[in-house]
Amino acid sequence: MKRIMRLTAVLGALVLVIAACGSDSGSGADASACALDEVDGDLQLYNWSEYIDPALITAFEEQYSVDVVESFYESNEAMLAQLQSGAVYDLIVPSDYMVGIMIEEELLHELPDEAVPNLANLDPKFTELPYDPGPEYSAAYQFGTTGLGVNTALVGEDFTPSWALIFDPELTTTFPGGVSVLDDPRETMGAALKYLGYSLNDTDEEHLAEARDLIAAAKDGIATFDSDQYDEALANGEVAVSHGYSGNMIIGFADAENPDDFQYVLPEEGATFWIDNMVVPTTAESPCTAFTFINYILDAENGATLTNWNYYGSPNKAAIDAGLIEQEVVDFYADTFTAPNLEIIQDTGDYEIKFTDYLAQAKS
Amino acid sequence: MNEGTGPRGWMQRLLAVNAVLVFVFLYAPILLLVVFSFNDNNNVSIWTEPSLRWYGEMFRNDDVMGALRNSLIVALLSTVVATVIGTALAISLERYRYRGRGTLDGLAYLPIIIPDVTMAVMLLIFFFQGFDLLQSWFGIRMTSGLHTIVLAHIAFCISFVAVVVRARIAQFDSALEDAAADLYASRWQTFRRVTLPLIAPGVAGGALLSLTLSLDDVVVTQFVSGAGSTTLPVYVFGLVRRGVTPLINAVSVVMLVASMVLVGISLGFQRGAAAREKVATDPDVVLDGSLEVDRA
Repeated sequence: MKRIMRLTAVLGALVLVIAACGSDSGSGADASACALDEVDGDLQLYNWSEYIDPALITAFEEQYSVDVVESFYESNEAMLAQLQSGAVYDLIVPSDYMVGIMIEEELLHELPDEAVPNLANLDPKFTELPYDPGPEYSAAYQFGTTGLGVNTALVGEDFTPSWALIFDPELTTTFPGGVSVLDDPRETMGAALKYLGYSLNDTDEEHLAEARDLIAAAKDGIATFDSDQYDEALANGEVAVSHGYSGNMIIGFADAENPDDFQYVLPEEGATFWIDNMVVPTTAESPCTAFTFINYILDAENGATLTNWNYYGSPNKAAIDAGLIEQEVVDFYADTFTAPNLEIIQDTGDYEIKFTDYLAQAKS
Repeated sequence: MNEGTGPRGWMQRLLAVNAVLVFVFLYAPILLLVVFSFNDNNNVSIWTEPSLRWYGEMFRNDDVMGALRNSLIVALLSTVVATVIGTALAISLERYRYRGRGTLDGLAYLPIIIPDVTMAVMLLIFFFQGFDLLQSWFGIRMTSGLHTIVLAHIAFCISFVAVVVRARIAQFDSALEDAAADLYASRWQTFRRVTLPLIAPGVAGGALLSLTLSLDDVVVTQFVSGAGSTTLPVYVFGLVRRGVTPLINAVSVVMLVASMVLVGISLGFQRGAAAREKVATDPDVVLDGSLEVDRA
């Protein structure tokens, strides 16, 4: 599937070229004049599966007397290709790096301040973003991190939150069951780069080779390279430490027999961090409804409902401060707001293949 | 027969073991999938207790049901159309000579050979360029949706139907059609009374294949889909992003049962057709058949 995604990205670029040569795809309605709570038609929402509480949709439909038509995608790149061809959606929830690409391609409407006053509810950490400073075009929806799930019954209470927990073989070989590491070029190579003190978007060949050698040398303690079942393996006690995504870890912990034995930590060297964002494409037919929906989601109570339903991190400071979000979810993601070295995975273009190759070499 | 002794028996036993292993390899994961769909836990691989919880959640989940409905509409429509066109294509390639036949022959298999992603991007560009033209010429505004997914699926299913049906046509003796013509059957009558019954198992097989391909497709579908037209496989892929829950198992089991029913129907159909055909063409079989009946 990963390979298909990459191919998709390449072909997406191809579509772009062709679209650029072709006629301009019809521009949507005038979006800059939208007023607060204005609706100008039904909302075509394009989102990831199981990412929004259906109750939020129903309440929005009732409050504003519009229909919300939901569609789902499973790849940022395929979504981009569709949009470039002229597909019509009013609101999309792309990941961080993709927002940057969409802004560059001039596919997005600017958010009018008067229509989205609830932007002020966002934590400052989520308004000063490298891909959209301001933010001018996007509003953070949910976020997550990639870190380490630790079984303290096997590792002990007294451990340093560091990538050494998966990359130092002297340490990992002493853990019963060993550790599980993500089978994902950007995440795993990125973790190794961070451990070595580099940026996870580093494309220096020597640094990449160092990261590869680090992973290869750590293999004695690595029980498995796995991106799907690591949370369950950790909860089962099969491995002592799992490298994985926060969203899965929090659910894995909750289902474990003794949830108190598990801790999710962000290594002190720094970790990966992703943000999904609400954006309004220029092809939108009901941009005002879309802005109204963004404002609705950014409301403190609705933002809390969202996070209490999907258990991803909430960027909504107002919701957290008002105590509307379940305390365990707040605690789980609290690190993210204070951790100094979090980095977003950026598109490294031609170097993506290097990450893949080096991880494959390290594993073989 | 001296089964069980000598090298032959040894070989046979080895083959039997091999067969069992192959079946285990193929079906153990499916069995596991089915078993764990009845798991009460939030995690797929941690067994707590048997329950129908996830089936309940699946049927209560409007998004899943909507996606399932979309998938079924797309699969049924595209299968019917692709089967008709694919069968016609197979007959024309196998039975008639005309200018450009060789080229058509080559082109017909292109959708099987080219990668899904290429096909997806081509179709995406094609549709939206087409929509642009429609708008500038006739002022009709169109966008992608279920109709574009159906068209895309028809486009790649035709080739598969044609391949399967062609194999079937190549097997049967064209003298049968000539005989029908000699007996003053019109072309349509020949087709309806002779050709179609003989190739029916192939047509059914092709239809089944295209149904499966359509129900399965993620890559092409996600490119050409539009607002409100998410299909089940695309939805499930999106679900996996946040970890596999037994909900996916439950959905898969429902799809599995549906396809098994379809395969069952088609097998029954093919057996019936095969038996009829043998009776019709081979007098010995009639004799054998009656002997069987006598013995019974």
